[in-house]
Amino acid sequence: MVGEGILKGMAETARNFFGSFVSKDRLTTVQYPEERELQIEAARDFPFLVYDGADWQQGMRCVACQICEKECPPKCIFIEKSKDKKPDANGKPQFYPAVFNIDISVCMSCQICVEVCPFDAIKMNVDYNLSTDDRFAGLLLNKQRLSKSNDYYRKIHPTEATAVDARLAEERARQKAKAKSAAEAKAAAEARLTTTAVQPASGEPR
Amino acid sequence: MTHLAQLAQELDQIFVLAAHWLLSYLPAALQPLCSAILSVAAIIIVFATLFALTTWLERKGLGRMQNRYGPNRVGPFGMLQPIADGVKSLTKEDIVPITADHAVHFLAPVLLVTASFMDYAVLPIGRNMVLVNLNAGVLFFFAIGSMMELAVFMAGWSSRSKYTLLGAMRAIAQMISYEVPLVLASIVVIMQAGSLSTVSIVNMQATYSGIWPHWFVFTPWGFAGFVLFMVAATAESNRSPFDLPEGESEIIAGYYTEYSGFKFALFFLGEYIGMFATSGMAITLFLGGWSAPFSFLTWVPSYVWFFAKLLAIISVFIWIRGTLPRLRMDQLMNLAWEFMLPMTLLNLLTAGIWHFMPAGSSRWLVCSTMVVVPCILLSRGLKHRKKFQVRTYHYSE
Repeated sequence: MVGEGILKGMAETARNFFGSFVSKDRLTTVQYPEERELQIEAARDFPFLVYDGADWQQGMRCVACQICEKECPPKCIFIEKSKDKKPDANGKPQFYPAVFNIDISVCMSCQICVEVCPFDAIKMNVDYNLSTDDRFAGLLLNKQRLSKSNDYYRKIHPTEATAVDARLAEERARQKAKAKSAAEAKAAAEARLTTTAVQPASGEPR
Repeated sequence: MTHLAQLAQELDQIFVLAAHWLLSYLPAALQPLCSAILSVAAIIIVFATLFALTTWLERKGLGRMQNRYGPNRVGPFGMLQPIADGVKSLTKEDIVPITADHAVHFLAPVLLVTASFMDYAVLPIGRNMVLVNLNAGVLFFFAIGSMMELAVFMAGWSSRSKYTLLGAMRAIAQMISYEVPLVLASIVVIMQAGSLSTVSIVNMQATYSGIWPHWFVFTPWGFAGFVLFMVAATAESNRSPFDLPEGESEIIAGYYTEYSGFKFALFFLGEYIGMFATSGMAITLFLGGWSAPFSFLTWVPSYVWFFAKLLAIISVFIWIRGTLPRLRMDQLMNLAWEFMLPMTLLNLLTAGIWHFMPAGSSRWLVCSTMVVVPCILLSRGLKHRKKFQVRTYHYSE
């Protein structure tokens, strides 16, 4: 009979209507400005720069190699390489970006800059509260606005950050070992050099 | 006891008495005119307020049916949302297409709102509370109701846009198709009451046997007539599931695509006011108008009952809107001509048989069968005529 399905449907909507007053679980909406849900781990919108330690200028991982700038498809990254070198978080002197700007009104969130970065210095952010009343300066993020600590990165992408940290630590250890072995080799070579240098010197008077 | 009864009666007539008291200060020559102005102003204010309340209720209700909160930012529980919407639509730019017929484009919303408010002239809102007691009140109501079609077509035609024209065409086809069952469904009441005056129709229903009222909805033909009337009224007021003329997903907003700002708000208002008017007519014809549902509740003022019934019908409208998807054009037409029309015609016959059969259970049995059996058969006919075939379009090759 006509109307059977209608009655069934109306029972369903009535159940939802009264159910939404009874159980809070039914309500799927989040009252946005007051309460915010954490973004899921795979979320991404715009890139940010990772720094180690507490000081964003000193701990900046970026060495201004400009690969991301060259790879960026919409050309939204602008980097100016520094003339001098500053020690990075490991104490090694490195170049650093004097200027690092990303125009997020141009950025298309493709993540290519993240893929190509050999230093794990640029990662994708999840912050979506980016609306501004200044459409030029407000959307052109400078170095300071782009810098986020490694702790922040660990918070928004835990799995990814752990992998990156492990990789970096391994690399650091390897470099340290390499440096150590290099130092040892150098020391040994020097020692050999001195002995070989000494021998003819000692033999010369003969 | 008599004191209490008198108090109840005075409360019932409080608006009538207040109007009389106000008018008594005026010279006799001005009294009829001022009385009319006063009543019209009251109708406009009350029903415009009801419109504001309904938009809020609708958004809240629909939200809850979809497990959302609905508006909750402006005022307590979002109750001031209609005011915010009004301010917004008033401050918006009024855009008129360059090629539009400016005069008709301007007149269409005005006519729609005027026509829908004119419907209230014959609706008895309470005991002795009717603007004019026309002896052809029901006829007047339907005549004015068909003016809305004119307004809709004026809007669609004058905008010079394909969407508005399509929407207007759809609206005209739909409204004229459903006007037929709407009027035919109400004829049963006129047959029984023997009057076209809305006041006497309500007076007939405001009597009681035991505690039960003599509402026409409590008879087989009255119930069928009420359901058919409400379905046709839903289609008349272009509400979901019959909102094809608007069809947001297909033709943007139908005949009012090219309207913005306050003219758009006027269309919105006109549609809701028209919906209240047809609901009010359904109440008048089938649900006993302002009469109380039980004889022991007659002390409650009559206008309270009218508005309670109106709000109940509005809630059902909202409920239906939250439940049903939009019909397709052919489904809409099939429902009107192949189900509604035969049902209303058969209902006329049922009402006649009810009138001439002696009162008792045999008349109930015969008339109920006459309503239920055709309904089942006709709905089966609607269901089983599905022809599946490969669709070929003339221009597709």
